[in-house]
Amino acid sequence: MSNFTAEDKAAITSLWAKVNVEDAGGETLGRLLVVYPWTQRFFDSFGSLSSPSAIMGNPKVKAHGVKVLTSLGEAIKNLDDLKGTFGQLSELHCDKLHVDPENFRLLGNVLVTVLAVLHGKEFTPEVQASWQKMVAGVASALGSRYH
Amino acid sequence: MSLTKTERTIIVSMWAKISTQADTIGTETLERLFLSYPQTKTYFPHFDLHPGSAQLRAHGSKVVAAVGDAVKSIDSIGAALSKLSELHAYVLRVDPVNFKLLSHCLLVTLAARFPSDFTAEAHAAWDKFLSVVSSVLTEKYR
Repeated sequence: MSNFTAEDKAAITSLWAKVNVEDAGGETLGRLLVVYPWTQRFFDSFGSLSSPSAIMGNPKVKAHGVKVLTSLGEAIKNLDDLKGTFGQLSELHCDKLHVDPENFRLLGNVLVTVLAVLHGKEFTPEVQASWQKMVAGVASALGSRYH
Repeated sequence: MSLTKTERTIIVSMWAKISTQADTIGTETLERLFLSYPQTKTYFPHFDLHPGSAQLRAHGSKVVAAVGDAVKSIDSIGAALSKLSELHAYVLRVDPVNFKLLSHCLLVTLAARFPSDFTAEAHAAWDKFLSVVSSVLTEKYR
């Protein structure tokens, strides 16, 4: 679906090389739960999500955020076949996890915002545009096997 | 949806810092919008949209000034943006989906320029505030 140019791929891979998945993972999932509190509906088993500081400091949130971003890292190695890469995860999110694909779009935009926080000036409008393509492609791939 | 006291405090105090870079923030926000979401350019066939263009800078300033008006009247955003709301409803008629896109690009601009201020709590407050502004601007659409 998304056609990644050589420039897109370069922007995505070079920025990703500088990302600390440990930090970014917790930050990304945490902010999703803080900014869009209704997304907490999927995480009843995570313990305290009662305040922004509880959420951002919650070790289960951090661990799960790392899991999610690690998966994204795999996708970055396969930008030309996101649907293939995420086929099984798509089925999982539909059949077992019952996640509305709208949540993938929300998470993608939170990730873009976190990258802006972490990289500042380096996260230029051009780099952002490549990353928006990336997160849109991932969201689409994750929703591709819904039925 | 209305802003809590805490959220208002966060917005107002950050705005003091933000307003010193208002013009460049506006320009950068629009650049991000047009690059990430090329379809938004359809509203500006009459503009030179090259980075650095005078029209882009002027329009960016306009947009951020309006956000500033909303901040200054954060307890009565509806009243403060009433004329702008009518403009968008009857003249500009920008499809409502685009307010989310512009809001996101403004957030990214703020995040990149004020990383230490843009905590999770601030992120939430700004997202909500811009959502309220967007609602006000589309409330007269039909």
